[in-house]
Amino acid sequence: MSEDSAARASLRTAAILTVFTLVFTTLMAATYRATKPAIEASAEAEKMKLVGEVLPDALYDNAPLADWVDLAPCAELGLAAQDDPVRLLRARKAGAPAALVFEAVAPDGYGGRIRLILAVGADDRLLGVRVIGHKETPGLGDYIDPKKDRNKAAPWIRQFDAKGFGEVPAAEWTVKKDGGRFDARAGATISARAVTNATRRALQFAVDQRDKLYALPAQSKLEKEGQ
Amino acid sequence: MNFRDIARNGIWKQNTSLVQLLGLCPLLAVSTSFVNGVSLAVATIFVMALSSGTVASVRSFIPHEIRIPVFILIIAALVTVVDLAMNAWLHELYLVLGIFIPLIVVNCIVLARVEAFAAKNTPLAAAWDGAMMGVGMAVAIAVLGGLRELIGTGTLFSGIEMVIPGTRALQVLPADYPGFLVAILPPGAFLVLGFLIAGRNWLDARAEQRARLAAPARTAA
Repeated sequence: MSEDSAARASLRTAAILTVFTLVFTTLMAATYRATKPAIEASAEAEKMKLVGEVLPDALYDNAPLADWVDLAPCAELGLAAQDDPVRLLRARKAGAPAALVFEAVAPDGYGGRIRLILAVGADDRLLGVRVIGHKETPGLGDYIDPKKDRNKAAPWIRQFDAKGFGEVPAAEWTVKKDGGRFDARAGATISARAVTNATRRALQFAVDQRDKLYALPAQSKLEKEGQ
Repeated sequence: MNFRDIARNGIWKQNTSLVQLLGLCPLLAVSTSFVNGVSLAVATIFVMALSSGTVASVRSFIPHEIRIPVFILIIAALVTVVDLAMNAWLHELYLVLGIFIPLIVVNCIVLARVEAFAAKNTPLAAAWDGAMMGVGMAVAIAVLGGLRELIGTGTLFSGIEMVIPGTRALQVLPADYPGFLVAILPPGAFLVLGFLIAGRNWLDARAEQRARLAAPARTAA
């Protein structure tokens, strides 16, 4: 008899837990469905805002978010083989190449990886670089992000604007402490060095692969050389 | 227990951050600045009031043996709903608070209040208790974040332009203040929290001593 009631009690408990799970899963699923379009729209706007940080609106008239090429992870972009592919966006004006926008990583920051977004114009000059993710020391190395840079008039990262290998040869594209041309704040050279070197590698990649990158069909994938 | 007692309990007597020392992980991680700390606290107040209220309304249907899984289910579902809804309709605010909201699920003060209070009280009292526990945390994290920011960088309210556009951070100490890095780094969080707990205990002890001194005097008179 007691065994029977124990079995009944556990069945009842299981049923109640199931009902709770169903009700709250339904609640979550309904919210997910109701919010999905709005979330996607804001994610898209967010991404375009990020692109707009490095790519002036006047330079293009296509939809770069739809004109993408996925790049296999490679050392030039600071990525290891197991990383996700990088989505490169292409901006065009009246069909002619205008700029390449892509993410790169500085793997050797003081606090690990520093994620960058770069726009390289069709003239092989950088249009702009921004830090989109980092773990550098707050108040010390985080001036690489213009939002944290105390020098609001001329943020550190802006010295890359409109620079190409014509202005600064690749051999001198590093911080002054390493014999290069770019400034770094005293006491926090590692973050600046990492960003500067990553920018050089990424720019070199964009210059070397420029014609191929613009020519690839939209929404395709660029495999690694020799694969 | 009336509403005033609940508020006193949440904000001072049973303050989650300074007395119960619960939910220290988000408290210490996020209190690098005043705005960050208060933002997390606002999200926590909201989730605690909501989950305590919900649990209290369905408390008679929850068998004692499986209450913990059900509580966790309810809290996690509500946090997910809040997270999605904020992402969709309050996107600007979500960009600031977004990273903190999933942290609330693992904040044990939510589960602790649901278990200790909401499961035994009416929905209104439970929601009030959740909100007041959150306010207690908000006060602690505001002081903690404000002090760490002030000592660490010499500013107050940095990052407020992301929450209220058009405003800007306050430079409290002179602009050439070199900053005191340890206050921003994790050890600074423990140090400042230690001083806050000590300060709170001192205030309590002083109040108790005064009450003891005052009590016999009153009976004599």
